[in-house]
Amino acid sequence: MRTFDYVRARTAEEATAAWAATPGARYLGGGTNLVDLMKLGVERPEALVDVSRLPLDTVEELPDGSLRVGATVRNSDLAAHPLVVEGWPALSRALLSGASGQLRNAATTGGNLLQRTRCPYFQDLSKPCNKREPGSGCGAREGVHRDHAVLGHSPHCVATHPSDMAVALAALDARVELRGTDGGRELAAEAFHRLPGDRPELDTELRPGELVTAVVLPAATRGLPSAYRKVRDRASYAFALASAAVVLSVADGVVAHVGIALGGVAHRPWRARRAEEALTGAAPTRAAFEHALELELSAAEPLRDNGYKVPLARSLTVDVLTRLAARHSG
Amino acid sequence: MGPASRTTLTVNGREHTLTVDNRRVLLDLLREDLDLIGAKKGCDHGQCGACTVLVDGRRVNSCLLLAVTLDGSEVTTVEGLAGPDGEPHPLQRAFLERDAFQCGYCTPGQLCSAVGALAEAAAGHPSAVTGPGVRAGDPVPLGASEIRERMSGNLCRCGAYPRIVEAVEDVIP
Repeated sequence: MRTFDYVRARTAEEATAAWAATPGARYLGGGTNLVDLMKLGVERPEALVDVSRLPLDTVEELPDGSLRVGATVRNSDLAAHPLVVEGWPALSRALLSGASGQLRNAATTGGNLLQRTRCPYFQDLSKPCNKREPGSGCGAREGVHRDHAVLGHSPHCVATHPSDMAVALAALDARVELRGTDGGRELAAEAFHRLPGDRPELDTELRPGELVTAVVLPAATRGLPSAYRKVRDRASYAFALASAAVVLSVADGVVAHVGIALGGVAHRPWRARRAEEALTGAAPTRAAFEHALELELSAAEPLRDNGYKVPLARSLTVDVLTRLAARHSG
Repeated sequence: MGPASRTTLTVNGREHTLTVDNRRVLLDLLREDLDLIGAKKGCDHGQCGACTVLVDGRRVNSCLLLAVTLDGSEVTTVEGLAGPDGEPHPLQRAFLERDAFQCGYCTPGQLCSAVGALAEAAAGHPSAVTGPGVRAGDPVPLGASEIRERMSGNLCRCGAYPRIVEAVEDVIP
């Protein structure tokens, strides 16, 4: 591992100032991904600004019923928080379906959003990768890509985003609070990650030096039936081949609110807006769910060896929708 | 040595102040600097769990934690699980009685992970297989499927999983 300077920040302001004053600096959260990538030589920061002990480790209920989750709240604590378990269950289930107990104890809310793809070409310095080294090519497009994207990929990159948590946040209309050297702003969780296009080295819409300070779970989706389902190669402790986070409310026999996000199929959590539009106001039947997912996945462009993801994403999402709808009629 | 920082850690009840290279991970500090070789280096990438120790009572992969970030923390390794009189931890006894290992390389990590997992369940942390019948925040009752899920971050290449699950079941309060 290359040598680096180390600074521990005590406040968010101190962190962004330290970042601005230190060329080649990176923020360090729980380190479960960044330290690993530093060992591999994929990440080579000249300095680490440690933000893991910032006073952002609380979960705070706001007057309007929304929940502000500090960026340094650990994944295990967030998954176990009673207000999350009861109010936004898809988020708790998504967190619990990711990584291992040890990793969830270390990983932070902010860091989970900022984890990098697990594409093996990205992690292997001997292989071309436009995300790691822009312009070097994409080894996965014609190589081993069974786990890769089927939606929204580009000639430059076919990687997927590995987070389960981010998929639930996108479906639940969460917001991400950011702080830069010149003040704060907010992004919809759904708009936080980006598609690769011709700049696959950029995973998110973060500006240089911006720090994630919190995630807000909105009152609008609090208490609505929601669920997360993940399909993977093992029963536990594996990344998603495909996953779905769904929030669904039914009133007077029709869909009043639906949020659907797919994981493991794109460079970002894939918010299924076309399916949602088709379902809103419709009767929550299995046929309607199947039709909506057909519409959404008509945009899919599977690679040579990952065509299985299209029917997989369709059937698992239809299944989650059907189960949530059954709760309304039951 | 590259840029270094001064760090104080309490390991198994004993305080140590060291100047460590910023690149030093906790696992290497334990094994190389403190001669505590119980925690094992398996994959060195947070995937196998052989390096699992408890930091401030929570199980973590010591291969992914930079030592400089842990200033002021309390670390418990497998060497610290026994009682003050040297009496093995009940879980260590259960592993012996159930013959819950073959080569033993993953065992220190399995033990520390199981201690952490039992504490998490007692503190009301659900897992991916916890059913809707458990009220949020209540202690989670453990059985074989809960143990398998909660221990999935610890690989055993000898395949001693059935005995490991039985050993952990033996010490469920």
